[in-house]
Amino acid sequence: MNLRVRNRHTFLLIALAVGMFGFAFALVPLYNVFCEITGLNGKTSAQAALVDEIEASKAPVDRKVTIEFLAQAARGMPWEFHPTEGKLVVQPGEMHATTFYVRNLSPHAVTGQAVPSVSPGQAARYLKKLECFCFEQQELPARGEMEMGVTFVIDSKLPPDIRELTLSYTMFRVEDVEHEHFTSRNE
Amino acid sequence: MVAHAETIPKRHHPLLAFAARWLFTTNHKEIGTLYLWLSFLLFFIAGGMAMVIRLELFQPGIQFAQPEFYNQVLTLHGLIMVFGAVMPAFVGLANWMIPLMIGAPDMALPRMNNFSFWILPFAFALLLSSLFMEGGAPNFGWTFYAPLSTTYGPPSTDFFILGVHLMGISSIMGAINIIVTIVNLRAPGMTFMKMPLFVWTWFITAFLLIMVMPVLAGVVTMMLTDRHFGTSFFQAAGGGDPVLFQHIFWFFGHPEVYIMILPGFGIASQIIPTFSRKKLFGYDSMVYATAAIAFLSFIVWGHHMFTTGMPFVAEMFFMIATMLIAVPTGVKVFNWVATMWRGSITFETPMLFAIGFVMMFTIGGFSGLMLALVPADFQYHDTFFVVAHFHYVLYPGAIFGTMAAVYYWLPKWCGHMYDERLGKIHFWSATIAVNMTFFPMHFSGLAGMPRRIPDYSLQFADFNMVSSIGAGVLGLTQVFFLYIVIKTIRAGARAKARVWEGAEGLEWEVPSPAPLHTWNTPPVITEGQAH
Repeated sequence: MNLRVRNRHTFLLIALAVGMFGFAFALVPLYNVFCEITGLNGKTSAQAALVDEIEASKAPVDRKVTIEFLAQAARGMPWEFHPTEGKLVVQPGEMHATTFYVRNLSPHAVTGQAVPSVSPGQAARYLKKLECFCFEQQELPARGEMEMGVTFVIDSKLPPDIRELTLSYTMFRVEDVEHEHFTSRNE
Repeated sequence: MVAHAETIPKRHHPLLAFAARWLFTTNHKEIGTLYLWLSFLLFFIAGGMAMVIRLELFQPGIQFAQPEFYNQVLTLHGLIMVFGAVMPAFVGLANWMIPLMIGAPDMALPRMNNFSFWILPFAFALLLSSLFMEGGAPNFGWTFYAPLSTTYGPPSTDFFILGVHLMGISSIMGAINIIVTIVNLRAPGMTFMKMPLFVWTWFITAFLLIMVMPVLAGVVTMMLTDRHFGTSFFQAAGGGDPVLFQHIFWFFGHPEVYIMILPGFGIASQIIPTFSRKKLFGYDSMVYATAAIAFLSFIVWGHHMFTTGMPFVAEMFFMIATMLIAVPTGVKVFNWVATMWRGSITFETPMLFAIGFVMMFTIGGFSGLMLALVPADFQYHDTFFVVAHFHYVLYPGAIFGTMAAVYYWLPKWCGHMYDERLGKIHFWSATIAVNMTFFPMHFSGLAGMPRRIPDYSLQFADFNMVSSIGAGVLGLTQVFFLYIVIKTIRAGARAKARVWEGAEGLEWEVPSPAPLHTWNTPPVITEGQAH
C-alpha cells in the first residue's frame, strides 16, 4: 500500500469522529420529532388545536377518564400557583374547561411562562387544547393575582388502557429563561 | 536505544535529557509505559477516593465526609476510574502489545501517539484541580445528569467539561492510531483472521471509541452552551428536555462500558490458551461474538432509563435487546471454559487472574441480566444492587483483566520474572477482598439501600461494615501489587524470550526485555501459524 492509501484510512476515521460529533447534535431535532410523533416526553402541542382536529376527536364514546391537574412554580419563581380543581372526571370527545390560580408574591411585576407535561407520555397527543395560558407568557403586577383558563378535549381515540392522566404545569420566570447564566441562578 | 538517542536533541543536564526523552518519545513501548504508569497513579488516586466513600459508609450517620464533599468524591472516583484508570491502562497495553503481536515496527502514527498521551495529564490536572475551587468539585455523579450539572452544577463544572473534552480527544486519537496500525502494519501473512484476539478486541473497541467519544464531546458541549450561552438543550423552561440528556449520555454510555471490557475479553483469550496449553476454542466465534456485542451496545442505552416514563413498547425493545447481549457473551464464556477443558492447566498468577476474570465477570453479567428486566429494574434502579453489578464487571472484569495482562507480559517488558509466590498472595487476597467488598452490596441494594447517599438506615449497617472492611483490604492488596511490579522491574530471575511454556504469538519471538525497536524487518507468517 502506498502512503496515499494509508493516509486515507486516517482521514476516513477522523471524518467518522467528526460525523459522530455532528450526530450528537442531530439527536436533538431527531428526538423532538420522535417525541412529537409518539408523545414520548409528555409534551403537549404548543399551539391551539385546529377546528377539524377537534371535530375529529369528538366521536362519541361511553367511557370516563380521570384527568388530574398539578402546578408548581420553578425555583426562583415568586408565584403561588395551583389548580382550582384537583381533578375532573371527563368523557373523551367532550369539551371541558378548568382554571389555574396564580398570585405574585413579590413586590415587582413578574412575567411567567408555563411549560406543560402530560403523564403518561403516550397520552400527550390525545390531549387537544383549544385555549391555554401556556400558549403565551403571563404577566402579573406586584402582588397581583388571577385565574387562567385551559379548554381542552381528550381525543376519543385515547387508548383504552389509559384511564387516568395527569396534566402538570411548571411556571418559569421569563427573565430566567432569557438570561440563562448560572451566575444569576446562583445569586 | 542508540538509534533512538540520536533523534533527541543533546541535553547536558541529565534531568533535562530524561524529561526530553519521555516528553518527546514517539516509541510505542515508551508511550505504552507512560500510559500504564499514569493509569496506575490515577487508579490509586481514585482508589483513595473509594476509601473515603467506604470510610463514610462504615457506619450509619455522617462521620468523616459531609454530604457535599461525599458527592464530590463519589463523582471524581467514578470519572477517574473510568477515564483515568481503566481506559488508559487498556490503551497502554494496546500500545505496548499490538505492534509486537502483529509484527509492526511501531504504531502507524507515532507523533499523534505522543500527543494523545500527553493530553491526559493535563485533562486530569484540570479535573482534579476542581477539588480546590470555590464551590467544590463536580458533585453530580459520573453520569452528570442535567439539570444537576447544568442549572445546579458548581462553577467548577466548566473545568470538568474541558477535562472531558481533552480525554475525548486523546481517546479518539488513540483509537484512530490503533485502527490504522492494525489495518496497515500487519506483517505479511498476518490476515485478519490470524490476528491474536487481544488485537481483534482492541480493533473493535477502537471503533466503539471513535463512534461514541464524539457523542460525549457533543453532550458536554451542549451542557456548556446551556450553562453560558443561553441555549436550552436540556432546560424545560426554554423548550428543552432534561430526559434528552439521558438519551444522548447513554447513547455514549453503554458502548463506553463495553469499551472498558472488550480488551479484557481479549486478554483472557490470550492467557487462557497459554496456560491450558491448547489452542483457543472457537476463535472465529470469539471474533464474531465480540463484533455482535459491540453492535448490540448501540441499541440498548434505554435500559438505563426504564424509570424515566418510557412507553411500554420502548421498554420491551430495550429489555429484549439487552438480554440478547447475553448470547454472544455466553458464547465467549463457553469458549474460555471449553479452552480449559482437558487442557494441561497450570495456575500461574496470570492464569489465576484470567480465571477469576471469567468467573466474577460472569456474576456481574448475571446481575446485569436481572437489571435488564423492566419490572425488576423499577425495584433495583439507583440502589446498591446497581453498584454491585457494575463493580463486579469492572473490578474483577476490567481491572483483574489488566492485572492478568501485567503479570503475563511484565517479564516481556522488563526482562525479569515476577515473584510467583507474591503474585499468588496478591491474587488470593484481592479475590477475597473484592468479593467481600462488592458481594454484600447485592443484598443491601435488594433491600432498598439507595446509591450516592452518605447516610443509610440501620438495617444496612452490617452489610456496609463488611463492605468497608473488604474495601480497606482490597486497597492494601493493590499497594502490594505496586510493590510486586516495582520489585520485578528492579530485579528478578531473567525471563526467556518465550516466557511461558505454552505461549504462542509474535510477541514471544522477540527477546525479553523487548528491545526498544522490534520488527524493523517484518516477520513472515506462514500458513500453519495462527492466532
